[in-house]
Amino acid sequence: MSLEGAIAAHRFGLGARPGEIDRASGNPKSWLLTQINGAAPQPKPPAGETFANAGRLVAEEDEYKIQKFMNKGNKKKGEKRDPSVPKLGDGNIRKRTYMDEMSARFALGFTTDRPFAERLVRFWSNHFTVSASRKKVLLFAGDFEREAIRPNIGGSFEDMLFAVVMHPAMQIYLDNWHSIGPNSPSGNKRSKGLNENLGRELMELYTLGVNGGYTQADVIAMAKLLTGWGVYDGHVNGFGFYQERHEPGSIVLRGKTYPPGWDGSVAAIRDLARDPATARHIARKFATHFIADEPSKESVAKLEKVFKDTNGNLHALSEAVVNDPAGWAPEQRKMRTPVEFVTAAMRLTGWPHGGNEDRQQKHLRRLIAAVRIMGEVPFSAPSPKGWPDTADAWNGSDGILDRIEWAKDFGSELPESTNAAAIAEMGLGPLLRPATKAVMAKAANHGEAIALLIASPEFQRR
Amino acid sequence: MTDLTTRRSILKTMTAASALVLWDAPLRFAFAGIPTDRRLVVVILRGALDGLAAVPPYGDPDYASVRGKLALDVSGGAGLHDLDGFWGLNPALTNMKAMYDAKEVLLFHNICSPYRDRSHFEGQSCLETGGATAHAFNDGWLNRALLPLNLASGTGAVAIEQSPPLLLTGKARATSWMPAVAPEPDDAFLKKVRALYAGDPTLSAALDGGLSMQAEAMAASDDPFEKSGKNKAAGGNLTPLFKGAGKLLAAPNGPRVAVLDASGWDTHIGEGAGDGALARRLQVLDQGIDALKTALGPIWKKTAVVMATEFGRTVRPNGAGGTDHGTGTAAYLLGGAVDGGHVRAEWVGLKPSVLKDGRDQPARTDLRALFKGVLAEHMGVSQAALQSSVFPDSGSIPPLKGLIRA
Repeated sequence: MSLEGAIAAHRFGLGARPGEIDRASGNPKSWLLTQINGAAPQPKPPAGETFANAGRLVAEEDEYKIQKFMNKGNKKKGEKRDPSVPKLGDGNIRKRTYMDEMSARFALGFTTDRPFAERLVRFWSNHFTVSASRKKVLLFAGDFEREAIRPNIGGSFEDMLFAVVMHPAMQIYLDNWHSIGPNSPSGNKRSKGLNENLGRELMELYTLGVNGGYTQADVIAMAKLLTGWGVYDGHVNGFGFYQERHEPGSIVLRGKTYPPGWDGSVAAIRDLARDPATARHIARKFATHFIADEPSKESVAKLEKVFKDTNGNLHALSEAVVNDPAGWAPEQRKMRTPVEFVTAAMRLTGWPHGGNEDRQQKHLRRLIAAVRIMGEVPFSAPSPKGWPDTADAWNGSDGILDRIEWAKDFGSELPESTNAAAIAEMGLGPLLRPATKAVMAKAANHGEAIALLIASPEFQRR
Repeated sequence: MTDLTTRRSILKTMTAASALVLWDAPLRFAFAGIPTDRRLVVVILRGALDGLAAVPPYGDPDYASVRGKLALDVSGGAGLHDLDGFWGLNPALTNMKAMYDAKEVLLFHNICSPYRDRSHFEGQSCLETGGATAHAFNDGWLNRALLPLNLASGTGAVAIEQSPPLLLTGKARATSWMPAVAPEPDDAFLKKVRALYAGDPTLSAALDGGLSMQAEAMAASDDPFEKSGKNKAAGGNLTPLFKGAGKLLAAPNGPRVAVLDASGWDTHIGEGAGDGALARRLQVLDQGIDALKTALGPIWKKTAVVMATEFGRTVRPNGAGGTDHGTGTAAYLLGGAVDGGHVRAEWVGLKPSVLKDGRDQPARTDLRALFKGVLAEHMGVSQAALQSSVFPDSGSIPPLKGLIRA
């Protein structure tokens, strides 16, 4: 077991599963890079079920709303709820779909032998945040990652960007499906208007970055370019373009005139993807995610150059971060987020720890509840900026206490036969500090020793 | 009750072992001087609150027409609370109306940080750092104010969050706390974790800060085994957080400054009027404020609560029954120490010619004038400290006066 093998598994992966550091130690870089050939693996739906496609989900969302309406009855007219219509409780389709998708995603993270690919999936899902803080997004969040993110982690940034902007989750989350060109036929008829939300965040968060060179007029222009982009249940991808809502005429964005209609909008988004400001913005976020909260200028510059030179090839970008010596420094400079922390703990202890399918499903739901308490709910970030990627967001007193409390609980549930010392050596390798070994040796039992290992500084960080 | 005593005793041992100044009275008097007995609460209303919905100028001749479907009125089932025939309060703010009548609420309008673009994140950076531009400072103005207040030892100020937000981040030490839901691990285990964190300043400071807040909250609580829900998502219930803040602040040796984060104001769509989505969120805030007041008990008389948002919204509704990012908005100062009962605004009407870029509510008062005024009058921060260290690039902006009862 080499230090580089341990770094590969923890800093670039999701935390080592038993035996993983050994496998990574031979040639850590090639161990990582072979994981990202092709699309990322897909999570498995619960036995006997399939995940619906986005078009089907748009139809189900409509169905859900109709059902909800019927359940409510027409209160204003004093009508009562129709008792023959079943009540929508916690078992409603939005929540059920979300929980099934998240459980499958968690389980994949706990077991995958391509953890670097999974890390990239999570990085990009968080970069292009869609959040169930808007309840309608619940139904679409899982599909968003499966269809817009996973196929594209080794492809081009541009392809991922288009898949993201066209996905119903994004259309709904940032209100674009309701945005109507003020001079379009629909706009004239219904005196409805433009919504700037997606136009703004597309530039501020997803491409150029906040100082990437655009004005309020550009935000409005981008919003106009995006009018008519919406959701449609007739396509498998759930996307539809509605000409009658699209702002007519050519539109000037950042000094460049785009032709009217669909083609102009596509050209504008493509230009954003290829803008030098986008390369800089993505390079900084990527280096911050894998290397350090404050990555060096050199690290960022290298990634920026690769992004520019390859027109945003994401495989090349991932390869560049693996090849940066700064990423292999022994010091652990990144704090794990709650989801990363729980995922690493499950990998360390060899999920699923025995137990039948039913028990596993229940445990997965408890783990989703646990990360909620620790402050990170998957696909529910408080804003389109996504979950924070720096330590100061996660190392507050309350967050640390929550992690310690959870570690204690989790350790106490492990079987008596657990061999804590062996798990520590195998799971952390050369990253394990003598001080942690010494404290673990004083633990009351193996469960408590594992809890201490999980709470240790070298396990909180990567 | 044994939990409580053991937790407090381990706290003492840890204090000695780490030489941290926690709330051991003799130590505090020896090293830090006597901190103020005033309490300051800052509530960050993240997401850009629509001031025209929160504090509607319903007497303005253009209000009803520019607001369209979003206009609030005195009449109807969800009519606004009239304040003086011109200003109103959102119908959802029932508890705040009672406080206003008791002259404990000051309202501000056409107010904004100096930020003039429309990014949430830059706007919040200005709001929290107190800089004239986004990212001018790396620390929060409230953190910079802790040093002149002798509250910089780590437990003088608390964020009711998992980690202190930018507002409370900086050189001075502050802590964070949230009501617990899980049963706590036993003290023997925590002792071992503490050993694990020796030599790791970040994690050991986080652990110590969390435990001391936990102990104080338990000591302050009438029911130490009370379990309250956590608010983590935007739509959450704020009452447990406000109540927890009140309990901590009410403790004689507890923190003097608390920060809460209340989000959910980014009403791009379906904002609604008197009983709409924004009103429902305001009701949650109103209930939180009421819970804070109750938990503070007699200490309410010594308390001022500032509530501010990063910027306002467009005056007219957008196509989706919501409003987009704007500039000027409303802010609140309330509490038993506040000399309230009126609205302060340089009001210029709502005609298109006065709107910023023809669309946003204008900004005529700098929020920093309010923050400076509260720090000066309520907390006793000197002019010199305000100018030199707390708001160093705000030179020409005088603090607002007459905010606090004499």
